[in-house]
Amino acid sequence: MSEVIVITSGKGGVGKTTTTANVGTGLAQLDKKVVLIDTDIGLRNLDVVMGLENRIVYNLVDVVEGNCRMKQALIKDKRYPNLSLLPSAQTRDKSAVSPEQMVKLIDELREDFDYILLDCPAGIEQGFKNAIAGADRALVVTTPEVSAIRDADRIIGLLGANEVKRTELIVNRLRMDMVKRGDMMNINDVTDILAIDLIGAIPDDEQIVISTNQGEPLVGSDCLAGKAFANICHRILGEEVPFLDLEIKSSVWGKLKEIFKKN
Amino acid sequence: MGLMDFFKKKTSGDIAKDRLKLVLVSDRANCSPDIMEMIKNDIIQVISKYMEIDAEGLDIQITQTESEGNNGNVPALYANIPIKDMKHPSTCK
Repeated sequence: MSEVIVITSGKGGVGKTTTTANVGTGLAQLDKKVVLIDTDIGLRNLDVVMGLENRIVYNLVDVVEGNCRMKQALIKDKRYPNLSLLPSAQTRDKSAVSPEQMVKLIDELREDFDYILLDCPAGIEQGFKNAIAGADRALVVTTPEVSAIRDADRIIGLLGANEVKRTELIVNRLRMDMVKRGDMMNINDVTDILAIDLIGAIPDDEQIVISTNQGEPLVGSDCLAGKAFANICHRILGEEVPFLDLEIKSSVWGKLKEIFKKN
Repeated sequence: MGLMDFFKKKTSGDIAKDRLKLVLVSDRANCSPDIMEMIKNDIIQVISKYMEIDAEGLDIQITQTESEGNNGNVPALYANIPIKDMKHPSTCK
């Protein structure tokens, strides 16, 4: 049985594409057959984040319009034999595809893949409607900021109204130093407000920028963000994995300094 | 609230959380100020049939309240209607 998961957020720039790339790669590392679909028609990005931008011949719109067969448009990732990407079209717009066509396209992919991951565009218009049309499950990405959380709340409402059965939350770009000072909402604050299940929390990590620069997802690597993404993949498979301890451990000297700072 | 919390200044994280909670209540209720005004006027009309109320002092808002079932918090319409005079004692027991 394959599962179709949409990665969405409402607000732009919170890490949907990075999450899609890393969760998809992580699931492939766990021997699942995975296809990533970039549904952001006109603003394609998943290909560069994955480092597959030079291998695009056909795209999503070509498949929908019948210009090519599905197999011709899918890019196989040479690093992971189980992982494929269906890139988006750069020179078209969201109206080139309808929700019904997306459902049909996804149903065709269900036969060959265990997980179909949809990278959703920002916003709640046509592109969003296309992306969620065929989804069984949604991962809502947010950052601990008022604007991102407000948009996530709206998205969660819309997902419920569109009968996406399962919706889980990823809190991205946590800065534990700021959380510790009380200058950033913590994970509990965010889950409290949005009232959905948490599937992962990703610390703000320089390594993410570096890995995106290189076009190599960092899931599974030794850094905190890499571990956090790997844990999300295990939880998607239904395994119980304890949440990472993101707390900054301060040395005795650091603690002393903090005490003096307070007084 | 502990004694320590009493002295502690509200952090910007706390402020963000409080502001979000408020704004999400009205977002979720999907109720524009225009509609709230219409509800308010209708309430004044209906209650005025039975008693004299202070229309100026009337306050309605949508808030969160603990559900009696197990749904957690649910939105509720809260109305504070000051009564000036029980005009028709026979109609309202």
